[in-house]
Amino acid sequence: MSLVVQELSLVRNGVPHLGGVSATFPRGQLTAVIGRTLAGKTTLLRVIAGLQAIDGGMLDLDGRPFGRLPAWKRDVAMVYQQFINYPHLSVFENVAFPLRKKRLARTEVERRVREVLSTVGLADFGKRRPSAISGGQQQRVALARALVREANILLLDEPLVNLDYKLREQLRDEFRSLFSTQEHSVVIFNTTDPAEAMMIADQIVVMHEGRIAQIGKPADVFEAPVSVAVAEIINDPPMNILAGRIDGDGLLLGEGLRLPAPPRLATLPRRAYRFGVRAGELAPADEAPLVGAVTFSEVSGSETTLHVAGEKGSVVLQLEGVFVMPPGTRIGVAIPADRLFVFEDDGEGRLISAPAAIGGS
Amino acid sequence: MMPRFYSALKYAAVLIWSAFVLAPFMWALTTSFKTANGVTGGPTYLPWIQYKPSLHGWESLFGGAGGIDIVQPYIDSIIVTVGASIISIVLGTLAAYGLSRFQYRAGFVKNSDIVFFFISQRIMPPIVLAIPFFLMLQFLGLLDTKTGLIIVYIALLLPIAVWIMVDFFDGVPRAVDEMAMLDGCTPFEAFFKVVLPNSLPGILVALMFCLIFGWNDFFFAFTLTFTDTQLLPVAIVALNSSVTPWWSLSASALISVAPLVLIAFFVERLLSRGTLAGAIR
Repeated sequence: MSLVVQELSLVRNGVPHLGGVSATFPRGQLTAVIGRTLAGKTTLLRVIAGLQAIDGGMLDLDGRPFGRLPAWKRDVAMVYQQFINYPHLSVFENVAFPLRKKRLARTEVERRVREVLSTVGLADFGKRRPSAISGGQQQRVALARALVREANILLLDEPLVNLDYKLREQLRDEFRSLFSTQEHSVVIFNTTDPAEAMMIADQIVVMHEGRIAQIGKPADVFEAPVSVAVAEIINDPPMNILAGRIDGDGLLLGEGLRLPAPPRLATLPRRAYRFGVRAGELAPADEAPLVGAVTFSEVSGSETTLHVAGEKGSVVLQLEGVFVMPPGTRIGVAIPADRLFVFEDDGEGRLISAPAAIGGS
Repeated sequence: MMPRFYSALKYAAVLIWSAFVLAPFMWALTTSFKTANGVTGGPTYLPWIQYKPSLHGWESLFGGAGGIDIVQPYIDSIIVTVGASIISIVLGTLAAYGLSRFQYRAGFVKNSDIVFFFISQRIMPPIVLAIPFFLMLQFLGLLDTKTGLIIVYIALLLPIAVWIMVDFFDGVPRAVDEMAMLDGCTPFEAFFKVVLPNSLPGILVALMFCLIFGWNDFFFAFTLTFTDTQLLPVAIVALNSSVTPWWSLSASALISVAPLVLIAFFVERLLSRGTLAGAIR
């Protein structure tokens, strides 16, 4: 019981938007599609919804192909990035619209709309117009209209991206319980935010340049990204990638940064690789092989992000806690050699070796 | 103190402007109750005191001595203007929706060119169009008929409707139509149930312009009709004889602008009501 897409392809004006996308989205599970802007995430949702024609490929729900059905016969609900509601209808009528279209009995419509409005916390707002409520509430109305249908397929295209930070956190927390009501639906959630994807998804699909780069459980994708591109997408800030090699003396990273080879890497063939290390696994240290100047620092929430440029290489650190580091401050950075990811040193950058998972994270 | 000064200034400006706008109406109103003596006896404004009011001017519009019967032209004008305006709005709205939502291409001709083609109809001076229209209506046997005039007016009003409505539909996010389709509406249902209700202000504005342009046309009503059909502007001009009957002209002028004033009043009311103006953010 699932939504299967096979070999979806779409080229417009010579630009490939989807290049042979194949994936399975099980019912009752939430799949997060993660990728940078223009990775093809929105296009994929629009194709599934029937709002975008494709050049080739198959769409199939529970074994029944539906690629030729028009959008209004597909039973797909969608929530956009922008808060899209019907401006001329009240909040209640907005949510009731799809049910009335299905000609459900009046009492049934009333019951379901009231139920879903209270689920999204808008029970008292039924009579208002969308223009008379806040952005966060407008997006809840859009969400309610999508949820009330209990559609076969529920698509969410970066629904939180236009909300302010606090509201985003709050709605994100509520999402899991909201979607638990959609136990028979395929739920697909687009995002650029790895934390969001990790937190709410049962399955993660990583998209890169119109193709699927990796599909898997959140922890699996996080612990073993198949390529440099996935490693960068699935970490925020993106994983530090340094060119280098393994030779007789150990590891050589960046411009002459020497590290001893841990046992896991000592057995690898001696040649060029690309090495990756998460920003959160770097730490300031007095005695460190990499020394550089802070070029940029940013505090968000309870974390500090530092951009450090050194003679032997440039890295980004993410530290727990708030640190004030004016640009130009010179610091040493400790690179834990046993936490290094090793990728092929070619265009694709396939994963060769990943460090052991940290205690179930 | 200052805010009161500014609001006084504002009201003064409004008063001066109102006087400026209303003066011709006042002039026409007093003149319509005058006789030949009253008109030539210098500027007078107060009835009974400065001049002796008479209903002669008004009577002459309804079959009175030396006048015309304005009732039939009035009805004809309403039929032609309203008929042409409504047809233009219906066709124009549908055309504009297509031009706003779908991409058309014929060689180098694209949507914007089609919109410009519509507007270009209004760039040509009417005299250039008069002869082709005349020949066309003659060929169709529709000269001197209301139907013929309605057809010509549609050609003139449709560009206005398309132009205004394209702009309006472009302001309604396409995602709203898409949402309606995902909610189970066919494209036509999406248009009628969601896009159209949100475009009501635009439709009203377009309808108002169509009614005004149609109602005020003299040129085509004059060149394309003769005796059987006569629209209001032509009938009013027919009042003119060797002596200009200022009293009947004034009365007929007031009667002929009355519907436009009413339309403008109601549309303005509707638009300024928050429900319509604030429909789209």
